[in-house]
Amino acid sequence: MKKDSNKKTSFKKQRLKYEEYFFRGVMLLSSCLIAFILGLIIYSILVKGVPSLSWEMITQTPKGGFYFGKEGGILNAIIGSIYLAFGATFIAFIIGLPISLYMNVWLSHKEKWVNMLRFILDLLWGIPSIVYGAFGFTIMILLGIKASLLAGIIVTALLILPIMIRAIDEGLKTVPKGLKESSYSLGSTKSELAFKIMLRQCIPGIVTAVLLSFGRAIGDAAAVLFTTGFTDNIPTALNQPTATLPLAIFFQLSSPIPEVKERAYAAAVILTSIILIISVLSRVLTQKYNKHTIKF
Amino acid sequence: MENQTKIKVESLNLSIGNKVILNDINISIPKNKITVILGPSGCGKSTLMKSMNRLTDLYPEMKVSGNIFIDDEDILHTKNDVTEIRKRMGLLSQRPYPLPMSIYKNVAYGLKISGRVNKQLLNKRVEHYLQQASLWNEVKDRLKDPASSLSIGQQQRLCLARGLAVDPDIILADEPTSALDPISSQEIEKKFLELKGNYTIILVTHILRQAARIADYVVFMYLGEVIEQGPAKEFFSNPQTEITKAYLRGSIN
Ligand SMILES: Nc1ncnc2c1ncn2[C@@H]1O[C@H](COP(=O)(O)OP(=O)(O)OP(=O)(O)O)[C@@H](O)[C@H]1O
Ligand SMILES: [Mg+2]
Repeated sequence: MKKDSNKKTSFKKQRLKYEEYFFRGVMLLSSCLIAFILGLIIYSILVKGVPSLSWEMITQTPKGGFYFGKEGGILNAIIGSIYLAFGATFIAFIIGLPISLYMNVWLSHKEKWVNMLRFILDLLWGIPSIVYGAFGFTIMILLGIKASLLAGIIVTALLILPIMIRAIDEGLKTVPKGLKESSYSLGSTKSELAFKIMLRQCIPGIVTAVLLSFGRAIGDAAAVLFTTGFTDNIPTALNQPTATLPLAIFFQLSSPIPEVKERAYAAAVILTSIILIISVLSRVLTQKYNKHTIKF
Repeated sequence: MENQTKIKVESLNLSIGNKVILNDINISIPKNKITVILGPSGCGKSTLMKSMNRLTDLYPEMKVSGNIFIDDEDILHTKNDVTEIRKRMGLLSQRPYPLPMSIYKNVAYGLKISGRVNKQLLNKRVEHYLQQASLWNEVKDRLKDPASSLSIGQQQRLCLARGLAVDPDIILADEPTSALDPISSQEIEKKFLELKGNYTIILVTHILRQAARIADYVVFMYLGEVIEQGPAKEFFSNPQTEITKAYLRGSIN
């Protein structure tokens, strides 16, 4: 009798062990798959893009014969994209930060409402950017505004606003109740709790949120397709149209001329590098500023 | 003079939905003494503490009625700002929650939000309160370090210093030593004995021996009600009810 039960438990142990192996295998496999695909994308961009990458590419605007594979570069698109992404991220940040603080400090006792808001924001996050683009375009026609940097910035800001709010919100959610109660018991008002305590505690999460939004803003083509227009010049005012890197890639890729096609990959290398540089930079900055964050 | 009352709780009721958490609480807490609140887990000790500095405001599901008088001001129904009420009490919680900033700024925080910002005075005050919490000697060379770099015991003393810095006259301590090693616990106990000359201290603890060591006055709670209260000596030597006796024997918990 006793032996029998021993046997049973050892069977169970065996099963648990195999289960463990199985799930570990699945996880390993999917991680490898993701790493492989990422590697493949970067590899193909580099192989095709680096040969046609040149100093000229990043320091000059397109000249007369650029679209036939002649001289010139894509400085217009680089600058345009940077203006657009910084502008949109800035606007989304100054609107999104107060909203997420409001959700977590002032509305903290209205859990139901906040969760509903989160749900709506997640829905908005999931809407394809082309819809934002079309929406922006419709409004622009209605108001009689021409495609411009400003219009692109506004539409892109709308696109990344849900990402910004929810990503900051996820950080703020992790602030323990005990820390909030401690700062209230020192006589903090709600805004002191929000701006002096919660913000500091969540700096890493906020940097991540900004980064995520920036990456989406600079990489998105559909939101700016109708709203910013396209030009060979570097914009000098908000009401001028502007080129962007994703669209530059798109237009060059659709050219039948091989030299121009290759330049599309060079532009992709540039776009990827910008995102990479920004990521590394912000990681370094977080390291520097999160030393006061309390680990709970 | 001897037994002046600092806090008077009158028919305090607190419920969440249909569940009664605190049932008709009536207690008087003597001024500049250590009052220990005892009782088995879940009997409402922390909730009673929270209602004293109105942290219950943060829980909209809690329905509170009754009166809590502090120096004759009914803090549950006062027109005064709730932040002013909270500043009159320093809070120590079960585990320390230092603010996400440097050691220095943790102590300076309360002074700053109260509007006292003169740099030199601030330095002096910070030193003073760190001294009071017996932390100064350990941190005087590293005031700019993050508070999170301190040990848990040091963090708890930092929280004490930070609480004292807003110049309260009451200290609310909810199991302040439960996360600490015996040495750090003793330091906190010793500190309380020194501080009680100037502060009214309310301490929740599960450690009966700790209670016996430092309590002047004891409140014993059970299932949301106050079963017994009185001077510590009488409470421990001559408990009145069967429940209290059982608790002191250690057969409830
Ligand atoms: N926010 C809340 N929502 C629902 N119930 C709560 C809430 N806070 C406290 N309670 C309930 O109120 C009762 C008293 O809780 P309280 O934390 O005051 O007990 P306690 O005496 O401090 O216990 P312990 O010694 O374990 O800390 C418990 O039954 C608890 O479940
Ligand atoms: Mg408790």
